[in-house]
Amino acid sequence: MEFQSCVKIINEWDIVAARQLGRNVAKELGFGTVDQARITTAISELARNIYLYAGQGRVCIEKLFENGKSGLLIVASDEGPGIPDVRKVMEDGFSTSGGLGAGLPGVKRLMDEFDLDTNVGKGTEIRATKWLR
Amino acid sequence: MRIPILKLYDCLLVSIQWELDDATALQFQEDLLHKIHETSANGVVIDITSIDFIDSFIAKVLGDVVSMSKLMGAKVVITGIQPAVAITLIELGIVLDDVLTALDLEKGLEKLQQELGD
Repeated sequence: MEFQSCVKIINEWDIVAARQLGRNVAKELGFGTVDQARITTAISELARNIYLYAGQGRVCIEKLFENGKSGLLIVASDEGPGIPDVRKVMEDGFSTSGGLGAGLPGVKRLMDEFDLDTNVGKGTEIRATKWLR
Repeated sequence: MRIPILKLYDCLLVSIQWELDDATALQFQEDLLHKIHETSANGVVIDITSIDFIDSFIAKVLGDVVSMSKLMGAKVVITGIQPAVAITLIELGIVLDDVLTALDLEKGLEKLQQELGD
């Protein structure tokens, strides 16, 4: 059975709600404190990107059970402007918002699998998975 | 909710006890600078033992408050960074250069006294 739970990202409080949801699911799945921190941080970065660049969107957390392994999938989607140059945003240190520029490459390093699908003018969907070891 | 800032001799002590949202983090930045101004404190210890994750925004706010305090003549030591926080910060690609850190509050106060040359 699939388990999925979503938080709409409209304002900065929703970022807190999204990472709390993620941390709770990570705990339920039995992730240790370091992986919980990785997952929570990744959700926080993705939710903040939605809030900053797309204005609104949503973050969904899904429990995965595949071939005897369990995992947590984060799906961050929006109908914002999309990313014109994907290669550039995946470079370390690139940021258009004057933040620290940790952004997407950092999220990719925190998680085990990372997949980005974007269409200029239509929106962006990022899927990132962490498997329980 | 505001983060309490305590004065101890010529230092300020801050213990962040709950997860920071953006507004609280920015309010804290402002409150700390006002408190430094008000009390003429030379040093600040910010203890984050209870914080179990730091994202790039909170890291930026913390890094900025250290630089801002430095501009006002106060040194800041951050203490109690948890193993999970240290691991995720580095994996995320965040380097808090020029930030003094110590394992716990006690060592942080010692470091601050050394820095201030007492």
